[in-house]
Amino acid sequence: MAGPKASSTAARPASSSSAGDSSAIQSLWRTYNDTTPSRLKLVDCFLVFLMLSGIAQFLYCILVTNFPFNAFLAGFGSCVGQFVLTASLRAQVNPENRAEFKEVSPERAFADFALGSIVLHFFVFNFLG
Amino acid sequence: MLAYSLPSDISPSTYVNAASLVRIVALGLISAAAISSRLFAVINFESIIHEFDPWFNYRATKVLASEGFYEFWNWFDPTAWYPLGRVVGGTIYPGLMATSGVIYNLLHALNLPVDIRNICVLLAPGFSALTAWATYMFTKEMKDESAGLLAAAFIGIVPGYISRSVAGSYDNEAIAIFLLMFTFFAWIKALKTGSALFGTVAALFYFYMVAAWGGYAFITNMIPLHAFVLLLMGRYTSRLYVAYCSWYAIGTLSSMQVPFVGFQPVRTSEHMAALGIFGLLQIVAFAQLIRSHVSSKQFQDLLFVSVISAAGLGMAAMVLLTYKGWIAPWTGRFYSLWDTGYAKKYIPIIASVSEHQPTAWPSFFMDLHMLTFLFPFGVLALFRQLRDEHVFVIIYAVMGTYFAGVMVRLMLTLTPCVCVASAVGLSQLIDTFVDPREPDVEQEKEGGDAAPSKQAAKKEKNAAPITGVGAIDDIVSTLSGASSPEKDKSGKTKAGIFGLDTRMVVLFNTAAMLLFFVLHCTWVTSNAYSSPSVVLASTNPDGSQHIIDDFREAYYWLRMNTKEDAVVMSWWDYGYQIAGMADRVTLVDNNTWNNSTRLTAGCAAHIATVGKAMSSPEEIAYPILRKHDVNYVLVIFGGLIGYSGDDINKFLWMVRIAQGVWPDEIQEPNYFTPQGEYRVDDQASKAMRESLMYKMSYYRFAELFGGGQVMDRVRQQQLPKQSPTLDYLDEAFTSENWIVRIYQVKKEDSLGRDLKSANGFAQGKKRKRSKPPVKRRALA
Repeated sequence: MAGPKASSTAARPASSSSAGDSSAIQSLWRTYNDTTPSRLKLVDCFLVFLMLSGIAQFLYCILVTNFPFNAFLAGFGSCVGQFVLTASLRAQVNPENRAEFKEVSPERAFADFALGSIVLHFFVFNFLG
Repeated sequence: MLAYSLPSDISPSTYVNAASLVRIVALGLISAAAISSRLFAVINFESIIHEFDPWFNYRATKVLASEGFYEFWNWFDPTAWYPLGRVVGGTIYPGLMATSGVIYNLLHALNLPVDIRNICVLLAPGFSALTAWATYMFTKEMKDESAGLLAAAFIGIVPGYISRSVAGSYDNEAIAIFLLMFTFFAWIKALKTGSALFGTVAALFYFYMVAAWGGYAFITNMIPLHAFVLLLMGRYTSRLYVAYCSWYAIGTLSSMQVPFVGFQPVRTSEHMAALGIFGLLQIVAFAQLIRSHVSSKQFQDLLFVSVISAAGLGMAAMVLLTYKGWIAPWTGRFYSLWDTGYAKKYIPIIASVSEHQPTAWPSFFMDLHMLTFLFPFGVLALFRQLRDEHVFVIIYAVMGTYFAGVMVRLMLTLTPCVCVASAVGLSQLIDTFVDPREPDVEQEKEGGDAAPSKQAAKKEKNAAPITGVGAIDDIVSTLSGASSPEKDKSGKTKAGIFGLDTRMVVLFNTAAMLLFFVLHCTWVTSNAYSSPSVVLASTNPDGSQHIIDDFREAYYWLRMNTKEDAVVMSWWDYGYQIAGMADRVTLVDNNTWNNSTRLTAGCAAHIATVGKAMSSPEEIAYPILRKHDVNYVLVIFGGLIGYSGDDINKFLWMVRIAQGVWPDEIQEPNYFTPQGEYRVDDQASKAMRESLMYKMSYYRFAELFGGGQVMDRVRQQQLPKQSPTLDYLDEAFTSENWIVRIYQVKKEDSLGRDLKSANGFAQGKKRKRSKPPVKRRALA
């Protein structure tokens, strides 16, 4: 998949200087933008949002209070759980992984994702208290 | 070239239909065998709850059935742990009761008004049939359907599992093994297909398992271990990520809904492996994602280093958190699995339970019979293929064997793995020897073998119909028959077996072994594992059965002849039975070993209090009894009929537990003779002879022998002719065979004297009165 891009990056010297790193990140970003289908980008946006939401809750817990601990766990758990379920969905619908998920079509993957999320949020709401 | 001919005019659909019919019939028969082999106790005795723990489960289920789920969930039981009471909702795993409650309501909705007791008694056999099915599904994922059927047949009747699931044994393990196997099946399925659906199913069954049994920690550590080993073997796939993360995210959140578990999944060390692997998988997955976008050596090195350093950092963070006390370290119960001397040294309550002893070799053979030696073979067979799911069974085998070696009780978790691995190994053997293909060497054999083969095949079918192996042979032979012509055309097979006689020898031996396995299982089940501990059975010389029913006699006496709120003190073994059968308030009960270390130090101290009262002289014990409002004291005494599980034999544990709390008042060495022997006869130590337990057990015992030799049939020792006397207690009830003795605690003396001197005064006065007439007579 990353074949054409690999040649351009592999040409650089292997030393991990800071200049090399920053350009590596740049090229990573470029490759990502070029090669990722748009629906996967949408999924990634959602993942970033979930991550930010989880970080915000965690900071609140550390800096302010963890008093209703079950509420914190429920909120944080819903972020983490939704994150990994979405990441699973991303892995399953990624065309690169077709060979790995022979039995899971993208539609089936989405149905699994929906079911998992419903179950997860049922427990989240039950645990909020 | 075929060793025996096969019918060639069968269409594939006929074959498929016949095979599935055979499978269904075999599974049905296996379920029937699993259920019926657990009914010995019900048929021989009656349909009652057996051991100690199940009596509490039964009592809780009765509350659930009669008052509904919300009442049960918020049930505060004031009759247990008398001054303290017990919040039942927060201190039990409610899965078992909820299951019976659902079945009860379902049957009543169908207008089948079954008593809740019968549901409780027959729950374990019913679920054993489901276990057989779950094992079938699990093994099917490992190899094929024929191995699955073998595994189902094994686990249906294997004594290692029957011992905890006979009818009447209404304990958590009854449903837990089914849930264990089904969770593992869903996990394997999720790993194989990479479907989040099966991950969710695994999480839901994990939740059910958490609600049902404290052994869920086994799953919590097995699945991460499997994932970790797969990572180390370089077998990371996105399927592993999907399966593990969907299981962990939903499973952990759901497991925290059980009140008894609470925040443990984020606070205790037992659950940290799962969390650590979860974090590690995120890092690995992210690294894989990046690698797929930019494949350069520079990045790979960078990422490799960062993955390892991130994993190291996470590990260090966990160690630090544990060290700082943010994460609770291992509880004593789990810790004693690693440091096997730990419990004996520090927590005598854990060590005092007989199930927590190391396992001896004979019990492996008794519980598993031929599976003991098929098991390593099966594990080896799994090694040779080593698919992802095989790694799971191998890890399970190693861990399970270790734990079963450390603790008798954990034989139960080993048994499913043994059945699965043995079935895989055995079915591989059968496959090899039923396969009709022969290695292509000579042509001349062909003619000679064709004629007797049909008879032989028929013989094989008849040889082992009992365990369902005959059916499996059929399937395998038909399968290989259907596929063999093309294979034979395509090329030579290099390895193989010549002739029918070699096949017959091996298959006949296998069938014979399976037959002996069935006989052994039935024998062990009927003889060793099907005796209710509530009723003691012995055989008369003429072979008829004599039933000793002292426990229920005494409990029923308590129920009928004492006040409703009377407090009964006994050793904790009998707490649940007293609460369940006698319906009286108890001081301590069997809910000790999961409370003592974690929940309240109060409970442990409470047991030690009872131990102290039992092992102290009367004058010291009496204030303790009065302080706790004890009305009756109940002791179990087997000296008359030789019932060895009585309180004198448990006495040393009481002493030890009391010694842990009051080391300067109770000392274990005081209860031994100067030679260091534990005796009850006239050489018994002073502390022993004065202890309340000794006095209560042997009170008036000498009278039974009418001046002859007083013999304790358990200890095989002669007792002094003079029975001990009691000043502070009155004998209230002694059962027919003197097994249960109940004493009433006297009220304080109305004149304010201590009871000993009051008693002495009363007796002395009588003596004075009776003396003068004798004198007068002598004078006259």
